[in-house]
Parts: sequence; structure tokens; C-alpha cells
Amino acid sequence: MLEIERLSAAYGLAQVLFDLTLDVRAGEIAVLLGRNGAGKSTCLKTIIGLLRPMSGAIRFAGRRIDGLEPFQIARLGLGYVPEDRRIFSDLTVMQNLEVGRQAAHGRPSEWTPRRLFELFPNLGRMQHRRGARMSGGEQQMLTIARTLMGNPKAILLDEPSEGLAPLVAEQLAKTVLELKREGLSVLLCEQSLYFAQSVADRAFVIEGGHVRYAGTMQALAADVEVRDKYLSV
Amino acid sequence: MTASAILIQFLNGLSGASSLFLVAAGLSIVFGVTRIVNFAHGSFFMLGLYVAYSLIDRFGHGAAGFWGGVALAAVAVALLGALVEVLLLRRIYAAPELLQLLATFALVLVIQDFTLWAWGPEDLLGPRAPGLSGAVNIAGHQFPQYDLFLIVLGPTVLLALNFLLKRTRWGTLVRAATEDREMAGALGVNQKWLFTTVFALGALLAGAGGAFQIPREPASLYLDLSVIADAFVVVVVGGLGSIPGAFLAALLIAEIKAFCIGIGDVTIADSVISLPKFTLVVEFVVMAVVLVLRPWGLLGRRLTPPRRVGAVERPLALPSRRAVYALAACGAALALLPTLATGYSLILLTDIFVFALFAVSLHFIMGPGGMPSFGHAAYFGLGAYGAGLLLHRGGLPMELALLLGPLVAGVGALAFGWFCVRLSGVYFAMLTLAFAQITWSIAFQWDSMTGGSNGVIGVWPAPWLASRTSYYFLALVTSAGGITLLWRMFYSPFGYALRAGRDSPLRADAIGIDVRRQQWAAFVIAGLFAGVAGALYVFSKGSISPDSLAVPRSIDGLVMVLLGGVQTLTGPVWGAALFTWLQDAAARNVEYWRAVIGLVIIALVLAFPQGLAGFLRDRFAGERHAP
Repeated sequence: MLEIERLSAAYGLAQVLFDLTLDVRAGEIAVLLGRNGAGKSTCLKTIIGLLRPMSGAIRFAGRRIDGLEPFQIARLGLGYVPEDRRIFSDLTVMQNLEVGRQAAHGRPSEWTPRRLFELFPNLGRMQHRRGARMSGGEQQMLTIARTLMGNPKAILLDEPSEGLAPLVAEQLAKTVLELKREGLSVLLCEQSLYFAQSVADRAFVIEGGHVRYAGTMQALAADVEVRDKYLSV
Repeated sequence: MTASAILIQFLNGLSGASSLFLVAAGLSIVFGVTRIVNFAHGSFFMLGLYVAYSLIDRFGHGAAGFWGGVALAAVAVALLGALVEVLLLRRIYAAPELLQLLATFALVLVIQDFTLWAWGPEDLLGPRAPGLSGAVNIAGHQFPQYDLFLIVLGPTVLLALNFLLKRTRWGTLVRAATEDREMAGALGVNQKWLFTTVFALGALLAGAGGAFQIPREPASLYLDLSVIADAFVVVVVGGLGSIPGAFLAALLIAEIKAFCIGIGDVTIADSVISLPKFTLVVEFVVMAVVLVLRPWGLLGRRLTPPRRVGAVERPLALPSRRAVYALAACGAALALLPTLATGYSLILLTDIFVFALFAVSLHFIMGPGGMPSFGHAAYFGLGAYGAGLLLHRGGLPMELALLLGPLVAGVGALAFGWFCVRLSGVYFAMLTLAFAQITWSIAFQWDSMTGGSNGVIGVWPAPWLASRTSYYFLALVTSAGGITLLWRMFYSPFGYALRAGRDSPLRADAIGIDVRRQQWAAFVIAGLFAGVAGALYVFSKGSISPDSLAVPRSIDGLVMVLLGGVQTLTGPVWGAALFTWLQDAAARNVEYWRAVIGLVIIALVLAFPQGLAGFLRDRFAGERHAP
């Protein structure tokens, strides 16, 4: 579904990603684990086109997408849920969803506000509330719902559990699994091994912009050495 | 004033507010989404008026001809706006925002000369609106029907815009992109298309604002800059990006103007104050007051800088030894030049020295200070007037006047700067513009002191400096000395503190730098050196007029700095040299020299988005750009 091959990227003169290779298969949840500053968010930003890669290739659904504009990549069916949520605080819940809506280019239009409110009942109760007046958890739901409005085939989820109360995070994990059941592929970034374990099929551990480990989530959970070396705080 | 006179003045204000609001709303929407301060917006207004004039002339003065002409003129300007966005602005969205400003200013020059070419220099007065050419009796006064129509027009447009922005998908996308255009893009919103439509709408509003003025004011070549200044003020007073704010501000300013004209001269403590004359500056006074009390405008909110990934300014490094030698060699060559060249080239070079110092002084606050002043000519002019008046009215010898004149500029900068450094970004720029405009109007109107529009004449240097060659040396030494001092300060602890305050005011604050005070000091220093340039200028020309501190002179300074490159050290000097030479050569040889300069600037902006010196530095330093 999503293949990243020897990807390097930099902010200005500071290189952040070095020859990153990873992939997400259709219908699975892959997680990118790493500490703060390991390059997780940068990786997602590069995939969605907010940052131009220095070298390497990114393929999505069999097509090269590196070098495309973010809106073109999004229209191909790759959704992006940023780390800091980036809700349009001036717009209401419904209007935020409207921004995410895209004419389904050759794809069946699956997500409607009504269906999304079934998935996120909280949002349904505040359809006309402005983004600025929502709690962190509600905003996180809205960012995901907003991205789903584009009917993506795969989504990039950047640290969705960050800053959420444990109960809310648990709810979120259920939602992510629900998305998987709907047939979406997910590339998740996480610092929390706990959250990753509850949803992911496969895991990539990155540190300093390099992939240090690739394997199934189960294998990683069992590998105390890798966990201690790259993930424990 | 009687109650009925007050009512009439109030209605006058309302009708005046309408076209002001139309223009300002367009400017505000364009700025909100694209973050481009479009200097050419006033030119769109002017074109709307001219095009409407011609169309009505062709279609006939009947109802269909008049209203059809007005509508078509607005649409034509909208199409032009879309074209400008696609061909020019789209290529430079990633460039530094001041460079975008430069590009739109170049458009002003091109459009102005195009208008001159197409319609000639005479003012053109259009016909009255058929069906609305009469007057109605309101409280015993005859009030034009057309003005009543305008009174209705403003709120109608406000409601229409409100509907468009709040109730349509397009409006939702526009508001999303205004807040976070990068995120909107990542959700699949095509910004290119959105920006083009927004720009076209902005141009439409400006064009309509102009076209609707047909029965009220003649089409004139001066409209572009005067309208853009008015529109800036309205937008800033109302709050950038706020349409209701723009409406409120337009109303406020138009009402105050109407009452200034209506009240006429008043006598306070035996001195006559002419309020109608006050209209020249009233909006700038209003803006200064509003910005000091409410720094983000009446209904505005604090601006969040647009998110950008990867654009990191390289810090300004100390010039290499080689570069210092090269500069010294340049200086030496210039010192030897009078043995080879005489006559006109020396005069031109003297001008270049003056403007190089002016540009470097502006660069001092723009570059390390991060404060883009739109009114730096005020201090140039204060220095020039200071020197000229000290010689003429103060009876001081020329040498002393030359030394003390710049202090007048320093004092001006001390007073104005105190207010200005409280703001940042576009608001800072607009407040500096306001103070410059106020200074200009004082110079323009205080006949008994400054000679009014004629200015001060017969300001010649002392005999030992009177020859071309000796004045050339004086300008070279003063300018080189001033520039060296300023450059030295770039790399002093003061300069570093200034840069720290520019890059992160909060962090600078936290390590004990009083950012505001540093900025104030920098503002005063920049003003002082601009004053030195002004004083040099006045003695080289022998006269001074209000033009030398008007808005175009401030813009000249900006153009010089931006042409050379803000994030370079020597850039502004090359920018000043190139621009001064270009202006001189073009003005002497080509009829439409403004258009030539405009086109050259556009070509340079498109070719070298980092400025000339930035380009040369990148080219010859052999450094590889991150892609």
C-alpha cells in the first residue's frame, strides 16, 4: 500500500532522516516507534509532501508520490492526521469536516458526517461548536474525522494518544482498530509502546533518523534489548 | 453646526465609507489567505475607474451603458487580478514576504505607466449615473441620490461577503486556508486554485470600488498610491483579515473626514486651525491612536505567522577577509575616480552614496532588527529639512547645519520609535507609514516654516565644498564612514542582541535582553543615519521639498534593500546603486521609465528570490542549497 525506500529529508541544512526504508501493507496497522526527536513526525510530513525529500522514493498504491504537492497526495487517498491536531479553530465541527471533504475520485464515497458521528458520538453532540472551544480529546477525534471525510485508503496518524487521558486514549485505540476493520491501512507514530501494542501489527523503531528495528509488534514486545536501547526513557 | 448640518455630514461620511470599504475588504481578504500585502490593490481601483470610464463612453450614457460599464469594468479588473496571481505571485509564494511586497510594488509602477499610455495624463470625469443624477431634499439640504445609493452599497457588500465566507464551501475553504494553509493542503485543498479565486475576488472588489466612484471623482493617475494608503489604513485599523473590522474602520475614518470638512476652520486660543486640511492626515492619526491602544486593530486578532517547513534563514556571517579587502578596494577606486571622470557621473555617484547610506540605515532595522519600516523617508526628510532650516532660518554655517540636521531626524525617531517598537510585522510597518505621512503633511502644510509644497530652496554648501569634486568626496567619506559604523554595529553585542530579539523575542527576553529597548535604540540609530543621508542630500541638490519624505521615497528605500537582499550584509549598497542608476538612466532615456523599472524589478524578483547579493553569495560561496 505504502512503500518508503531509502528516504532522506532535512530541515534547511539539518538532515533529519537517513535512508529510511519501511512499508505498510494493505489493511494493516504499522507503527513507527521512537523517542522524541527521532524523526517520526518528519517522516510523516515528508510522506504527505509538506517536506520535500532530499532523496529516496515514496510509493502509494503503486504510484510514485514523492515530489507531488500535499493536496495531490491527499486526493490520491492518503490521509494525514498531524500531531498537534491543527483544527481550524475558527470553524465549527461541521465546517472542519467540510474542509476535509473531497469528491471521491473514482472511489465510493463512504464517510459522511452522519457515519462519522456514529464513530465519534461526542462530535455529533457538538456539530456547531467552534474548534477553539473543544477539549484536546474532542479535537483529536475531529482531526481523525476530518481526514476520513476525504475517504482515504490509508492514513498517517501522528502521535494520536499524546496528551490524552488514559480512558480517552483507550477509546481512541478502539477507534483505530475500527478503522482497520473498515479496510484502512494505518501508519501510526507513537512514543508509547503501550498504545502501539494495543493496535499495531508491525513495528519499526527509529532513532536519530535511522530505522533500527523492523518486525512484528509481537516480536518487538518480546525483545527486551531493543526496547531498552531505543524506547525506554 | 445645526442638527440638520450634522445629519448631512453624517450621510456624507456614510457614502464616503462605501468605496473605501470595498477596496479595503478586497485587500483584507487577499492578505488573510495569501499573506501578501498587495501594493497594487490601489492600482486595481484606479484601473476600475478608468476602464469604467471608457466602457461607459463606448456603451453610451444610458442606464444599460452605465451599469453595464461599471459591472464589466469590475469583472475586467478581476480577470487581470487572476492573471497577475497566476503569472507572478504564484511563483513567489515561497519567497520572503517582503519580496512579494516588492513584486506588487513593481506592478504599481507598470500599471501606472500603462494607464498613462492608454488614457493620457489628464483627469477624466465620467458621467452621472442615469436615474440617480438628481438630489433629494433631506432636512432642508440637497443630498445627491447617487450618494444614497452608495450608502446602501457598503452594507450590501458586507452582507454578501459575509454570506460568501460563512455559508459557502468556498468560504469555508478560504477561512481554513487563512488559518492554516498547510493543513488545508494536506486535506486535499488545492491552494493554487483557491488563491487565484481569492485574488480575483480582491481585485473585483477594488475594481468595483473604483468603477462605482465614476460619478463622484475623476479618474486620475494619482489614485493608485493614495487609495492604497487609505486602504492600508482601513485594513489595519479594522484588524487585518477582519471584514466587519474593515467596515467599521472605513465608517470611522470617512465620518471623521466628513466632519473635518463640514466644520471648517476653528479658532482655538487665537490660532486658526484648518480642519479640512487635517483630512490629509486624519486617517493616519486615527491609525496611530488605534494601533497604540489596540495593537491588532479594532476587530483584529493577533497574527499567527504562516507555517512554513524548512525555510531557515542562514545567520549573517562576518564578511571574509577577502570580502573586506574587496570593499576597501572599491572605496579606494571610488576615491580615485574624480581624477578620471568628471561631470555628470560624479553627480550620479554622489546620489548613489547618499542613497546607499539611506538604504543601509533602513537595512539596519529591517535585517538584524527584523522591523520593516515603510516610512523610513521621514527621517531622511527630517535630516534634510533640519539641515536646510538650520542654515536658512537658524543662520548656522553649512558645516554645522550638516552636523546638527541629522539630530532632528534622531529626535523624530526617538519620539515615533517609542510607539512603533510596541508593534511588529505588518502593524509595525503601517505605523511607521502613518508617522511618515504625518511628518510629510506637517512639511507640506506648515508654510511659514517649511515653505509648504515649494519647500526650502537655495540650500547650498559652503564655498570650499561647492565644487562637484569636493562634494563628491564629502559624500563618499560621510557615506562610507556611516555605512562602516552601521556594519560594525551588526556584529557588536548590540547587533547580536537585536538579532536575538528578531528571531525569538520570548527567548531573548528570558535571557535578560530588553528587546523593546534594543529595538528602540536601533530605530533611533537608523533614523539618525537616514538623517545624515538626508542632510547630505539637501546640500547636493540645493533644495528640499516635501517629496523627499513622501511615501514613494520610503518605498524607494525598501526597493533598494530588497533588491540587494535583506539577509545579506552588502546587498543594500548594491541595491541602492542599481536602483539609483536605473532610475536615473530610465528617467532620462525612456518615456515610460516607471514601467521599465517595474518590469526590471519583476524580472529580478522572479530570477533572484533571495536578492542580488544573496544570489551572488550563494553562487560564489559554492554552498549547496538544501532542496
